[in-house]
Amino acid sequence: MSQSYNRGTVEDFGRWREFSAGMWAWIFHKFTGWVLVGYLFTHIAVLSTSLGGAELYTSTLQGLEALLVVRFLEVGLLAVAVFHILNGVRLLMVDLGVGLEAQDKSFYASMVLTGAIVIASIPTFLGGPLA
Amino acid sequence: MAEHYSSFERGGRRWLLQRLTAVFLIGVLAFHFLLLHFANHAADITFAGTQARMSQVGYFATMWLFLVTATFHGVNGVYNALVNQGIAGTQKTAVKWGLVVAGLLLVAQGTRVALAMNGFL
Repeated sequence: MSQSYNRGTVEDFGRWREFSAGMWAWIFHKFTGWVLVGYLFTHIAVLSTSLGGAELYTSTLQGLEALLVVRFLEVGLLAVAVFHILNGVRLLMVDLGVGLEAQDKSFYASMVLTGAIVIASIPTFLGGPLA
Repeated sequence: MAEHYSSFERGGRRWLLQRLTAVFLIGVLAFHFLLLHFANHAADITFAGTQARMSQVGYFATMWLFLVTATFHGVNGVYNALVNQGIAGTQKTAVKWGLVVAGLLLVAQGTRVALAMNGFL
């Protein structure tokens, strides 16, 4: 049987040391969401070079990929996207009433799995020709 | 019940649409990353390769739906986050229509990009 706790509002960031797993999940999901929506607009802006012709598109994408900082930003984007996906699955489960008792553990599992996937992906993201 | 934090009013229309688009996006976002970072390395992307993929009707339709659902999910998420933070009245109306216009512009530009990629434009 689950219990209810009065932990105050999650918007009161000054109390962050007292936050529970569910509160951190809410904050991280919101943060990763802001990053992803910001990236979506940037992504379409970069891909808009396709309107300027094949050569402009290819040279822009390959030019960006040649920069080490872009590779690191892509690893960051992967981390943000993987966490948002895994925690999103967790949220869908919570909304369906599945595994409510383990919602804190599933948050920790999302974090650990995100870390594992990102670390395993670093060689792929940093591989290939750089400037 | 265990603690549950959400910026959405559960059971509402915006909540439901956010969940429905989430189910689609979970699969397509993972596919997008796997295809363009693992199956094909991002550094090797060329216009010819993009055009070859976008010339397939199924891929084109999936990517366009990806654009529309991701835009809705993102813009709806931002709107609900701001409503959850307490915006109201004129501020809420201005944010709502600002996000609607931004979302429509993004879908319009994304559609132009998709059509340029498959050689239609």
